[in-house]
Amino acid sequence: MRITVTVDGTKYTDEVEPRTLLVHHLREKLGKVGTVVGCDTSNCGACTVHLDGHSVKSCSVLAVQADGCEVTTIEGLARDGQLHPVQKAFNDNHALQCGFCTPGMIMQSIDLLADNPDPDEQAVREGLEGNLCRCTGYQNIVRAVRDAAQHMSPGAGPEAERITETKHVGVGGD
Amino acid sequence: MTATIEPEVGKARRRKEDERLITGRTRWTDNITLPGMLHMAVLRSPFAHAKIVSIDTSAAKSASGVVAVYTGKDLDPDGAIGMPCAWPITPDMKAPRRPVLASDTVNFAGEGVAVVVARTSAEAHDALEEIDVEYDELPVILDMEAAIADGASLVHEDLGTNTSAVWKFDSGEAGTGGNVEDAISSSEVVLKRRFRQQRLVPAFMEPRACVVDPTGTQITMWAATQVPHILRVMSALTLGIPEHKLRVIAPDVGGGFGGKIGVLPEEMMSLLVAQKLGKPVKWNESRSETMLAAHHGRDQIQDITISATRDGQVTGLKVELLANLGAYNGLVGPGVPILGAFMFNAIYKIPAYHFACTNVYTTTTLTDAYRGAGRPEATFAIERIMDELAVELGMDPLELREKNWIKHEEFPFTTVCGLTYDSGNYEAATEKAKQLFDYDGLRAEQEKRRASKDKVQLGIGISTFTEMCGLAPSRVLGSLDYGAGGWEYASIRMLPTGKVEVTTGASAHGQGHETAWSQIVADQLGVAFEDVEILHGDTQSSHKGMDTYGSRSLVVGGIAVIKAAEKVVAKAKPIAAHLLECAEDDLEFAGGKFTVKGTDTSTTLADVALAVFAAHNLPDGVEPSLDSDATFDPENFSFPHGTHLCAAEVDTETGRVKLRSYVCVDDVGVAVNPLIVEGQVHGGLAQGIAQALFEGTEHDESGTLTTGTFADYLLPSAADLPSFTTDRTETPATSNPLGAKGVGEAGTIASTPAVVNAVVDAVRQFGVNDIEMPLTPMRVWHAIQHGTTDAGGPGRGEAGGGLGSIDATGGAQ
Ligand code: FES
Ligand code: FES
Repeated sequence: MRITVTVDGTKYTDEVEPRTLLVHHLREKLGKVGTVVGCDTSNCGACTVHLDGHSVKSCSVLAVQADGCEVTTIEGLARDGQLHPVQKAFNDNHALQCGFCTPGMIMQSIDLLADNPDPDEQAVREGLEGNLCRCTGYQNIVRAVRDAAQHMSPGAGPEAERITETKHVGVGGD
Repeated sequence: MTATIEPEVGKARRRKEDERLITGRTRWTDNITLPGMLHMAVLRSPFAHAKIVSIDTSAAKSASGVVAVYTGKDLDPDGAIGMPCAWPITPDMKAPRRPVLASDTVNFAGEGVAVVVARTSAEAHDALEEIDVEYDELPVILDMEAAIADGASLVHEDLGTNTSAVWKFDSGEAGTGGNVEDAISSSEVVLKRRFRQQRLVPAFMEPRACVVDPTGTQITMWAATQVPHILRVMSALTLGIPEHKLRVIAPDVGGGFGGKIGVLPEEMMSLLVAQKLGKPVKWNESRSETMLAAHHGRDQIQDITISATRDGQVTGLKVELLANLGAYNGLVGPGVPILGAFMFNAIYKIPAYHFACTNVYTTTTLTDAYRGAGRPEATFAIERIMDELAVELGMDPLELREKNWIKHEEFPFTTVCGLTYDSGNYEAATEKAKQLFDYDGLRAEQEKRRASKDKVQLGIGISTFTEMCGLAPSRVLGSLDYGAGGWEYASIRMLPTGKVEVTTGASAHGQGHETAWSQIVADQLGVAFEDVEILHGDTQSSHKGMDTYGSRSLVVGGIAVIKAAEKVVAKAKPIAAHLLECAEDDLEFAGGKFTVKGTDTSTTLADVALAVFAAHNLPDGVEPSLDSDATFDPENFSFPHGTHLCAAEVDTETGRVKLRSYVCVDDVGVAVNPLIVEGQVHGGLAQGIAQALFEGTEHDESGTLTTGTFADYLLPSAADLPSFTTDRTETPATSNPLGAKGVGEAGTIASTPAVVNAVVDAVRQFGVNDIEMPLTPMRVWHAIQHGTTDAGGPGRGEAGGGLGSIDATGGAQ
């Protein structure tokens, strides 16, 4: 099947097998290897991306379902060489160790903050329930999300990722 | 004052590693794609124990995209290849050959029997289903006690036994203490308990993977491994590849926790297949495969006897272990319980000690190192039985510990195992923890709740611990029959512009080596933190090393870096003197500058590096290089310690456990980067708490792993854990120049007994004196209903942990 997906601001049209998962399309066809796979049961959240501005586990979406959609991955978050406030907060608060869960955690955190711009600790913990981290014990991740909330301008959530212009320079290359 | 004067060591520096990790510019092994690369998939046995009657690969060979299909006989026709075990703990250890692919029998569910190589991973996996294997089932052996009973079915017929080895230590015989039988028979109080260490899955988030490229002048292998250097040597020894023709790279590695310490059959298969086909080959496992085939951890039965006087002086400790190795020996698997042997006496002055461990083969996935490797198991047993002893004696458990621990002024102290603890201050850590925790206040509340028969009871759990880090002095490893040394290597390359490249043999997988090493080097050479680049995880750039496990990186690898830096300065000094036209003795080095004493005439290390590069004007006979390297072999382990306190609320009607607060004060000596230390402690606590409350593998009677995915094996999420209150005391290690002790495993070691002690304390008035881990609501409820439970009691055979057994309402902070 032929699909067109806009990923991190670039439009890609490709032939895909109907069974191809979005995560594999991103990684294998488009070279967007910043998004990773941690499980085969949709439990870990490592593969989380934004689909039309909302977080999804890209291992539980078929590539064909993303036809005509906009996808933002961890590689498309930084703009004009500036880290997204959530990325920066993860660094500031030592919210990662091996970093394997981190792309998914960051994408999920942004979605969480779009829904609730000033979450308390419990709300962050519940909002990240679908993303597993084996290294951090979550405490610094929770701290980072709450810290980011203090530094985010309204609209810095997924909605702000909707592509209107072609100007979309990320520090993350392929 | 320049910025370089302020010490970097001790600063909570943000990590250098993060930039690539938070932007997705990472190099995981699975991200590597090479021209013409093929994909390998492994067919795994569905049976725990079976004879392989026949394997028909013809249909798979003609499946779409398939390039080749191999069985064990194809890859190793002579049966000559055996996966390495580096730790034969006794001279008579029974060691079965572990083939790369099973040809005759399969000995655990998940063992590989064939591989498919295809153009895409999907095609390789599709073709696996076309392979027809005929099996003849053999008896399944899951239970360790049954496995060593007379007449038991055997995992490996040719060994004639399921006992791999029995390893003993006796303080009376070793001359490090008294005879334990005498102590026990003459003591006023004797307590005997059986504890079980359930089987756990290390569950690093990045599944294992490797890519082998045989197309260059040497073979390059990328692997999601903790041990690239060991993997290179072992691959060379196992397959006969000349070592200099093999380069191993551990790129970004997504966690290990001991789980990536093995040398894998899949890595050997990839090497063999890639060489046969002359093309790059990638193997990348699914999570379900990881759960089945990557090694597991723990899985011990611990019979513990402790003896004491009525007033609480411990007089003897006897430990008898059964350790489940699974079907084969892992790389260091047989030695894991042996590491624990030295930690059962913990922080206590125990005059007589006996340890015996029987390693047992069963038809299960092999076990090997998992975060803490042997030490969490030991700490659990001693800290649980100290609590039980306190109850028996009617003492406060903290008071009992104080009465027996090594006092601050008694360090250095040689224990009943013969280890000499260099430094420690259990009083200071405990006092600080007590205050942060409000120990007395919580005890008072506990009394009130007991008296009012509150539906929610409160329990307080204590765990005071020490561990041995910095594995290890090579001569000690030698005395324990470990196959390699415990040194570490570092080199420093001074670049002409004054920037610095540092190589370390300690290969990181999330610990922040790049940041911590940069801090160390910045202080040593007086260069800026940003001007240091750390190269690791590549046998070409960091050409030798012993890799990362057992909290050895900093306290062994970090010291090698310091030694290399000292050599750089020593090499620069005569050159600086020459440039400044003074005597070497007149120079002092600080903050990156050589200064003529008593003057402000100086030159920087960077200037010297440039002068060396030009080499126009060097003293006679001096080589034009400041590059230096060092290999450091520690004289002793380091011994971090700490006091962990847990308050747990138990709903007596549902068995639900909620961690109300968790306080720990760890003493890791000098903290190079307090931010990293804190992060390591948090992550460690989460893993230890998970053992107490959530995690555990289960097999059905056919030997099938019923907790084989993240849907069934329950890792805690953010919503399942509380916030922790962590703090530190700092008693520098005297056994190394950095004063650091290591931190990677502390949280995991201490937290499991703290949580279980708290839960048992909460429900003790119902006659409960133990609950088997994980403490699911069902098990806790059952214990409350039926009073005292022995280790074989309720919950055995019941499926996995139950998330939702713990609330995260924020804890103490
Ligand atoms: S890889 Fe998508 S949830 Fe685990
Ligand atoms: S940082 Fe390693 S899994 Fe989250």
